[in-house]
Amino acid sequence: MHIVICIKQVPDSAQIRVHPVTNTIMRQGVPTIINPYDLFALEEALQLRDRHGGEVTVLTMGPPMAEDALRKALTYGADRAVLLTDRHFAGSDTLATSFALSRAIAKIGEAFGTPDIVFTGKQTIDGDTAQVGPGIAKRLDLLQLTYVAKIVSVDINGREITVERRSEGGTQTLMSKLPCLITMLEGTNEIRRGSLDDALRAARSQIVKWNAADAGIEDLTKCGLRGSPTVVKRVFAPPERAEKAEQIDTAEKTPRDLAEELIAGIFLRQPALESELAFDGE
Amino acid sequence: MLSTNRESPPPAAGRAAMKKELPDQFKDHRHVWVFIELERDQVHPVSFELLGEGRKLADKLGVQLAGVVLGPPGEATWFAIAEAFAYGADLAYLVEAPLLADYRNEPFTKALTDLVTNYKPEILLLGATTLGRDLAGSVATTLLTGLTADCTELDVDADGSLAATRPTFGGSLLCTIYTLNCRPQMATVRPRVMAMPPRGNNKIGRVIQHKVSMIEEEIVTKVLGFLSDGQSATANLAYADVVVAGGLGLGAVENVKLMKKLARTIGADYGCSRPLVQKGWMPADRQIGQTGKTIRPKLYIAAGISGAIQHRVGVEGADLILAINTDPNAPIFDFAHLGVVTDAIRLLPSLTELFTHRLSPHSRDKLAN
Repeated sequence: MHIVICIKQVPDSAQIRVHPVTNTIMRQGVPTIINPYDLFALEEALQLRDRHGGEVTVLTMGPPMAEDALRKALTYGADRAVLLTDRHFAGSDTLATSFALSRAIAKIGEAFGTPDIVFTGKQTIDGDTAQVGPGIAKRLDLLQLTYVAKIVSVDINGREITVERRSEGGTQTLMSKLPCLITMLEGTNEIRRGSLDDALRAARSQIVKWNAADAGIEDLTKCGLRGSPTVVKRVFAPPERAEKAEQIDTAEKTPRDLAEELIAGIFLRQPALESELAFDGE
Repeated sequence: MLSTNRESPPPAAGRAAMKKELPDQFKDHRHVWVFIELERDQVHPVSFELLGEGRKLADKLGVQLAGVVLGPPGEATWFAIAEAFAYGADLAYLVEAPLLADYRNEPFTKALTDLVTNYKPEILLLGATTLGRDLAGSVATTLLTGLTADCTELDVDADGSLAATRPTFGGSLLCTIYTLNCRPQMATVRPRVMAMPPRGNNKIGRVIQHKVSMIEEEIVTKVLGFLSDGQSATANLAYADVVVAGGLGLGAVENVKLMKKLARTIGADYGCSRPLVQKGWMPADRQIGQTGKTIRPKLYIAAGISGAIQHRVGVEGADLILAINTDPNAPIFDFAHLGVVTDAIRLLPSLTELFTHRLSPHSRDKLAN
């Protein structure tokens, strides 16, 4: 089977610094990682390949430096990597991003075989929209299975797939058909460490680099800022809370004293709570 | 591929500043719609929170507020309509069909897209739930319009455009986003981000029924089963009145139970910050914050949580935040109301004990006398 997985290189969120004057993200020197949710999807894709045979192609759209994320994905064991990079993609919102990626996936299909499954993570940790996966599915007319916690079974010959999908308040079991697009939740799978062979292969691999024209995109008005119906009008830092927390003085006090004071402090501020807290005496 | 006959916009440089001139094909889009999320006979409360927001937008624009209900024939579907009116809708759109019994992307996308194409709303709001996000992305892509995820603030500006504000980069920044020359302007909002509006006693008003142009045989995806979380609190964490949560300051996986014990004692729900999920100490659906749940309790006790921006955006709606952390410079003290610089592991058992003492029926009787 052929699986395409879309990944994104994102700034490590723990280390994001915002410029105090311009309110822009200071990317200089901020380490980048593969979006964590994409790794669960990658692991799932590699497991399916190991079980059913075939290939995993990893795809990213981003600046030239996103090549690092692809190389990393190759060290995990992906078979092929495609970098979609073009300055015309700058400023893409989710609609424009799903357009460019869907064209690249169609091109990958022509060049390396039609994918049976396209994977994405449930969302990225920088944009946090969870919109690109569904956007790609719609543009490629793929069946869409989002928030998948587990792939129960895949029948390649029968073209059938069964998954468990998280929904509000429970888990749906869905049966669908290939080809489909799956967005993965944080899986139950341990993410593998690639083998030495994979590392050597990754170091030697040629990464396929495509610009818009290579990916078969003729209409540049659908890309980047021009192809994005949404426009960011204003960027600002979250307002500071006016008052900092009132601190309980801890000097010379036992945990019991502190607990007493805290509870008094809670009920002083929220008197109604006292009658509402359910007591579950043991 | 769908093609649009949109004018190509002017060069990028001046886009944000340009005067918005809506293409003619969108000029007759009017009114604010809220998608009423009905699943397994239950309306998700985020629908009512959105009706509260939608009401404000509709009033500012001088237009009507509509609830959109998709569901199977039967009582639950009509109950959802009645609830939409009770929470402020002026009218309702209904697609009632057996194939809408369980949520599936294909028929729901088709039904909602058809409604929009036929009745042309200017604004369409959905909850940023698993269902809402699954559906919104498909509908917006089909209509080739803008969709802004996880908004924390919605407003309309002087020329009647939707100004949707959302956190980005994990909450480090907020940005206000417009959908320039497409309609409807779509946005999703997470549960508990907006306050619940009061419930009125409005009677059912005008209900516009629309047929779904799809038959079961055309739908590939089938629902084989559903396993409910049942009474497990994860379903209710977002709606809990009292929440206790732990972070890395708990130090070791066995200390998670100290936090759970306090939660049980005071009838609270419990959660955690992201690192505990990454360590595998807690399941992902207990995570509170930007990539987890947004909570809005009356009391939130954060034990050993540093309060990174990603966590802050998920808890700011709490009435009272109590923070326990050994680091006096932890960011959580910048937005908590009450703080104590101490080791949560040592304090939690005492808190549990003294709450027990204070809340036991025996001592309540004493207080009453």
